[in-house]
Amino acid sequence: MQGIERYIWTLLILFLLGGAILQTVWDPQQSAGRVYVKQVEGVWVPADEIDRAAGIAEVSLLRSTGLWISALFTLCIFSFMYRDNPFYKIAEATVVGVSAAYYMVVGFWTTMIPNLFGKLFPGLIQGWAMPGLSPEPEPGSWTYVVPLVLGIMLLMRLVPKVSWISVWPLAFIIGTTAGLRMVAFLEADFLSQIENTIVPIVAWNSSGLFDPWKSFENLLLVVSVLACLVYFFFSIEHKGAVGGISRFGIWILMITFGAMFGMTVMGRIALLAIRLEFLFREWLNLNLV
Amino acid sequence: MWNIVDRLARLDRRWIFLLMLAAVAIPILFELQFDETPTQQARAVFDEIERLNPGDPVLLAFDYDPASEGELSPMASSFVLHCASRKLKMYFLSLFPVGPQMIEENIQKVILPDFPELVYGEDYVNLGYKPGYEGVVKVIMTDLRQLYTTDSRGTNIDQIPMCQGIDNVQDMKLIVNVSAGYPGVKEWVQYAVTPFPDKVKMVAGVTGVQAPFIYPYIPRQLRGMLGAIKGAAEYETLVTSTYIEGTPREIYQEGVRRMGPQSVAHLLMIGLILAGNSLFLLQKWQRKL
Repeated sequence: MQGIERYIWTLLILFLLGGAILQTVWDPQQSAGRVYVKQVEGVWVPADEIDRAAGIAEVSLLRSTGLWISALFTLCIFSFMYRDNPFYKIAEATVVGVSAAYYMVVGFWTTMIPNLFGKLFPGLIQGWAMPGLSPEPEPGSWTYVVPLVLGIMLLMRLVPKVSWISVWPLAFIIGTTAGLRMVAFLEADFLSQIENTIVPIVAWNSSGLFDPWKSFENLLLVVSVLACLVYFFFSIEHKGAVGGISRFGIWILMITFGAMFGMTVMGRIALLAIRLEFLFREWLNLNLV
Repeated sequence: MWNIVDRLARLDRRWIFLLMLAAVAIPILFELQFDETPTQQARAVFDEIERLNPGDPVLLAFDYDPASEGELSPMASSFVLHCASRKLKMYFLSLFPVGPQMIEENIQKVILPDFPELVYGEDYVNLGYKPGYEGVVKVIMTDLRQLYTTDSRGTNIDQIPMCQGIDNVQDMKLIVNVSAGYPGVKEWVQYAVTPFPDKVKMVAGVTGVQAPFIYPYIPRQLRGMLGAIKGAAEYETLVTSTYIEGTPREIYQEGVRRMGPQSVAHLLMIGLILAGNSLFLLQKWQRKL
């Protein structure tokens, strides 16, 4: 980057950050960077403008800190657009670490406890962790010993000398998942999609009259599918009529990729919009209208 | 002129980022909005819920997390508003670890303030999160209690009035899925709808990235789909214009509000694509001269 451009960027970033900090300090409504709460039946809940005007709301230090952490992490992630930097790395590592820990804890309390130990030792789990659980063992619940043993075998991966034991439950997982997915894919994506493509080229509406638009839609669907299939059929050289159909197939594929790109852009912009909404409204309380 | 063309062709990508930031930020700050005309897909989703009778059980599978909240929370709120307005029995669950928080947020935002007459356990229940991806869908299609022994609050499922008489997901009149990826709408289509085509009906709201992959399931395997924030805005318009008199609360206008930045950002994207191609052609021409 040229020297002059670097100065422009530095000034721009300082201007935006300085403006944000000034807004949180001198916000006329005293709302920027602060979270107000009120007490309802002994529980602290978020307060609105009316509560503040009535004098029953107060600033929550804990929630305001959360708001600032959230805003600063958002800015840290945004900073990657300028270049890779330590702030971005810290935010990225925090997200990964927190997510991993969260998954582990949630997995333990929503699967291991109710679906494994709750089945094997229902009385113990009811008394310790889940009062809503029935203390009576279900018929055949002893079979849950099998997943318990497989789970322990999987953990052997952490012990180098016997790590080979973890291959067996892993093979079980891969085998069952592959079998499960293959059947579902064949049924829902292969056979059903063929069925969905078999449509009448001459369509009639509910009044029994010829429907030209629906007919065109159906014809386009059938022709497009066949053209795309021809494009991926390499046993015949793509020349002459086959070449023409194959070229039409490419056009259909390109239109599909364009639509996919457009939808992806829409999704990404929505994500940017919600973060900016958060920064402008919840953090900075900016209201220009 | 060629000097300008060369400089523009070498323009630092950060200027493009800054332009995009401005294109999204300015409409948010000035609350730029456009009217939404519902398309056939949004109408199909709306009509499917309209066809249900008060008291019919509906499964609301909210398979998303904060990462895709920007796109999906407007449609999730609209689904809850629609189902609550139609007096349907709502069974919430999630295949995402953070899904229960998304469910709870919608209960707090929609049901508690606007439908205080609805009773937890009689009109709506949060069954929470279960890990196991498509395995969960496969199991609960035939036996709900094999995985869901309690709700997210730890109450035994047999003690929840609205769960009595519900043995599996086939007992639901409709599945409403809000999906951010895997596991999500594809798995619900594969393991819930396709094996039981006569019993299970489903509509979905998905992210922009997913939408092109889900379109082939419409209309036989999926009755209707809301694609990205555009679909959310259209459906939101349909629901609020039908069930809310006067100006809807801010949370029921999130989709329409986020379409403002979308439209401006898309115009910028189109402009940038045209500019990029023009520069490419001009450089090609320059080389020939």
